[in-house]
Amino acid sequence: MEVSSDRLTAAAFEELAMPLFDQLYNFAHWLTQERTEAEDLVQETYVKALRGLASFQPGTNFRAWMYRILRNTFLTSRTGLKAAATVPLDAEDAPEMPASSGTPESIFIEKSQRHLLQSAIEELPLHFREVLLLCEVEEMSYQEIADALAIPIGTVMSRLSRARKVLREVLQKKLGS
Amino acid sequence: MADEFAAKLDTYLDGELPASEMKSIDIHVRGCSSCAADVLSRVQMKHAVQSAGKRYQPSPEFRQRIQRQIASRPRAWVSRAWMTVSAVLAILLIAGLLNSYIGRERLQQEQAFSELADLHVAALASPNPVDVASSDRHTVKPWFQGKIPFTFNLPELQNTEFTLVGGRISYLEQAPGAELIFQVRKHYISVFIFQEQAAPALRSGSGVRKHVSFNYQTWNEGGLRYIAISDTTGEDISKLAQMLKAAAKS
Repeated sequence: MEVSSDRLTAAAFEELAMPLFDQLYNFAHWLTQERTEAEDLVQETYVKALRGLASFQPGTNFRAWMYRILRNTFLTSRTGLKAAATVPLDAEDAPEMPASSGTPESIFIEKSQRHLLQSAIEELPLHFREVLLLCEVEEMSYQEIADALAIPIGTVMSRLSRARKVLREVLQKKLGS
Repeated sequence: MADEFAAKLDTYLDGELPASEMKSIDIHVRGCSSCAADVLSRVQMKHAVQSAGKRYQPSPEFRQRIQRQIASRPRAWVSRAWMTVSAVLAILLIAGLLNSYIGRERLQQEQAFSELADLHVAALASPNPVDVASSDRHTVKPWFQGKIPFTFNLPELQNTEFTLVGGRISYLEQAPGAELIFQVRKHYISVFIFQEQAAPALRSGSGVRKHVSFNYQTWNEGGLRYIAISDTTGEDISKLAQMLKAAAKS
């Protein structure tokens, strides 16, 4: 979703931003894990984006820009500060490990326990949850995720790999219990 | 299986490897049953996370609130002269607007059917076309419990030329629904079921129609929108539609 016009007008903003409404809300709800907070977060995102139209650089990715505003807004909220504080300091430096190819997926698929997977995603630390959701649910490219989260593409890849590994471990634990 | 190869599989499945590496992995996976099984389980996990991740929907009230908030506002003061001119222009433009409205409706409908045709093809191309694989309607129907916000009836297909292959969760306009796959001779028919309000663009006339060489038929039954799509004959689709309609009424 690249916008090439010289300047984004309020009317054009509405046309570009409203189709993203459902997915932004879904992502916000995953971050906040609470409906009212998710609504406040989405509302603030739209207001900030509208006010900050001038700061949007034409030719860049509009969807990534919206997600970036939403995520930055979340990180400065009370829930966001709390969630971000739980990020282990060495998370970025940890070596990238290939996700194990054990059997939890197949067991999981057989049992079709969607709610179990949802609760496993909920348990992921924020920096793993967001990168996983942007990749799998929003189907963003690595570059788009890097733009939305304001991190290098290499970090996207290592976080994604670790997120998948941790998700499998959480699932394995849940299936075993 | 080599570790460095395993590390690349997720990137490969995300479609983010350079073309040359994508090709070499393709070739390797075809010849290595262990990697093929690993790829399959990773694909299943991707699908499961994608489906589970589409979890929350905003309320219509909230959507309206935001829509109102960001809507480009007209100027507060409009002179009487401008009002007169606007009224005249409005009358003159009505015909044009109607035309463009009808055109847009048609375009939205075309887009919705294209999306469904894509879903149908993507399901059949997948190594795992259905999430619940069974020809027993009493297995397939309950599988959807708790996964979609409605329920539906399936017809008894014994002694007919149709077989139920299974079902999977599908999404249209971010709304969850059911995709049921039936087989007739060597053809597959996807039957999508969504809540009527989730698919406003699909409220089209009855009977079998054609879209990008696929035959399709759509109908409403009990507040649900059914869309049957396939490369088989219109007659087959029509027969299956009749059985589904009868089952829905039973």
